[in-house]
Amino acid sequence: MDCECNETSWRKDLLKNCIRNSNKIVYTPKSSIRHPVRMLYDMSKDLFAGRELAWRLAVRDISAQYRQTALGLLWAFILPIANTIIWIFLSSYGIVNLRDTDLPYPIYVFSGTMIWAIFMDAVNAPLQQTMASKQMLAKINFPREALVLSGIYQTLFNGTIKVVLLFMVLLLSALVPLKINQGWVFSPGWGLICFPFGILLLVLAGTAFGLLLTPVGILYTDIGKSLPLFMQFLMYLTPVVFPMVDIFKFNPVTPLILTTRDWLTGTTPEYLGYFMIVNSFVIVLLLAVWIIYRVAMPILIERMSA
Amino acid sequence: MSETLITVEDVSKKFCRNLKRSLWYGMKDLGSEIIGRSGHNDGKLRKYEFYAVQDVSFQVRRGEFLGLIGRNGAGKTTLLRMLNGLIKPDKGRIEMQGRVGALIALGAGFNPILTGRENIYVNAAVLGLSKKEVDNKFDEIIEFAELGEFIDAPVQSYSSGMAVRLGFAVTTAMEPDILLLDEVLAVGDEGFQKKCFNRMGELIKRGVAILFVSHNMHAIASFSSKVVVMADGRHREYNDVSAGIKEYRRRFANNGNREVERFCSGNDFITFHDIEIRTKALRPGDSFEANLLYDAKIDYLDAEVDLVIRTSHEVSYHFQATNKAYKKVIDLKKERKSLYIRIKDIRVNNATGDIHIAVWSHHREELLFWCRMPLEFYGVDHATGNTFLNVSFEVR
Repeated sequence: MDCECNETSWRKDLLKNCIRNSNKIVYTPKSSIRHPVRMLYDMSKDLFAGRELAWRLAVRDISAQYRQTALGLLWAFILPIANTIIWIFLSSYGIVNLRDTDLPYPIYVFSGTMIWAIFMDAVNAPLQQTMASKQMLAKINFPREALVLSGIYQTLFNGTIKVVLLFMVLLLSALVPLKINQGWVFSPGWGLICFPFGILLLVLAGTAFGLLLTPVGILYTDIGKSLPLFMQFLMYLTPVVFPMVDIFKFNPVTPLILTTRDWLTGTTPEYLGYFMIVNSFVIVLLLAVWIIYRVAMPILIERMSA
Repeated sequence: MSETLITVEDVSKKFCRNLKRSLWYGMKDLGSEIIGRSGHNDGKLRKYEFYAVQDVSFQVRRGEFLGLIGRNGAGKTTLLRMLNGLIKPDKGRIEMQGRVGALIALGAGFNPILTGRENIYVNAAVLGLSKKEVDNKFDEIIEFAELGEFIDAPVQSYSSGMAVRLGFAVTTAMEPDILLLDEVLAVGDEGFQKKCFNRMGELIKRGVAILFVSHNMHAIASFSSKVVVMADGRHREYNDVSAGIKEYRRRFANNGNREVERFCSGNDFITFHDIEIRTKALRPGDSFEANLLYDAKIDYLDAEVDLVIRTSHEVSYHFQATNKAYKKVIDLKKERKSLYIRIKDIRVNNATGDIHIAVWSHHREELLFWCRMPLEFYGVDHATGNTFLNVSFEVR
């Protein structure tokens, strides 16, 4: 009996030692980029380890976000709705003269701004999340991936609310044939199955772009301050409120927005090839900026608290 | 010998005094990090930079308690942040073996709007505990934190002490191999501090290596198996804890005014022209002796002599009494004479301090003399308290 006990405890010790050896962490001044294999391993490990935390952070932020507001969930779509109303007003009174769109203009601008708002949330999230967690970053070691992931979760949550509202409006327009619809009827096809996929890719693209700006944005607040201005400008270069023109083709966000909107409204996507190319580029970019974010973090934390 | 959990070898860290420069260096470091160039400028100092931590080396083994002491700004927290992997060393190498629990700042990760209960889950997730682990530990955490009904109140309604309770409870519940504690107990009340020390004692027995930063020398003295004293980023390691604490206290020797200060040395009728002192450095049990030489043109009968001793101890040793306390009448007679003062058997151990001597006329109607001078109280080896008692030992 004694012997058995000893053996199991011995095994336990061995197991413990094994775990411990794999738990050894070494910090040196060397850049971790010099060991790419080890780094990729660490990245996937941390992403996995951080998913639970990301979820908690997202739940925390979302519940905190809506707990102290009177309008609650309304904040998720108040901006795109305001934007839509303004542009419908501008075009219907002829203040701006827009070329005809395939979709009725109100539907065009409403779906456009809603989808754009999701993209914008995704762009803002990494910098916002990192800045808001400054205190935590300076004091606690945790998988930094969790912050980015949590941002994606929150964007997807708020995006879902927007999409639900968008659907309700589209269905309503189908049920109540309004004059403003000009005979267009909401009839989604198989493309609708692809629509969530389109939203997800849009969010990933936004995240990649936002993450690219984050390291410098943490050091210099100029980035965060000029971002809304830049995004406003970018919106007018994307077929969101303006109908498609040739110059928009140079904007890589254009195929993302157009294809996603086409899938939603049941139109055949025109730029599917371009969409694919942009997305493969986005995946590569996302990996690259993730690596940069990781190596940048200790340096940024040092300067944040300095 | 038990295994080494923390190994620190020649670790240095630079900081920059100028914010604009600091950000610019940050950009440069970022660039060289991304292209994989190692070492931040090979550890050489750039303009406005200084070493916050310089060439620090030590080891902590399983079950050891290392007290890290030093004045504010000596580099203790910077060192801890490197050990926790928050920032990278500019030089040297750090090896950490096992799960690290760190309380570098309490309440971090606590969201003020969420309740204590919700925050336990968030905070535990930050520290690497899974939801299942937290569920198992939940009652223990709540019991240790002693928050009662407040556990379901938003954290913004907590006092700082309550936030500390929660933080300490969560961190120690995660069963770390290494525990890094940075002045965590400073805001806790006495009962909670006691509880924390008990918990730390348990952890040491279980083989946890603890690195503890504190200004509470009592705590350092009672728990540490060794101490590291930091000053201006450099370190010295002491296996004899009392020697380390002595060194730490010596660092304050130059604090404050170490000059003899004379505010008043007489009036038209009496002049104190000199004060003779046998020694300004005392060992416990020594006597303090001073001789005030004066020259009086008239008699000052029933004068009052005021004596004050203050020390640098965190619970300052403070003595104040006049000759009235000893029912002693002092008449300063007309003539050139001296007033001899002796304080017998002073029992201050290991501190710096000063003595104030004031001489008043009858009923304190007039201040005749006032001076302050620094004193040094040597420590007795193997004794870390702030007073020293004469104890006799006998083996029978």
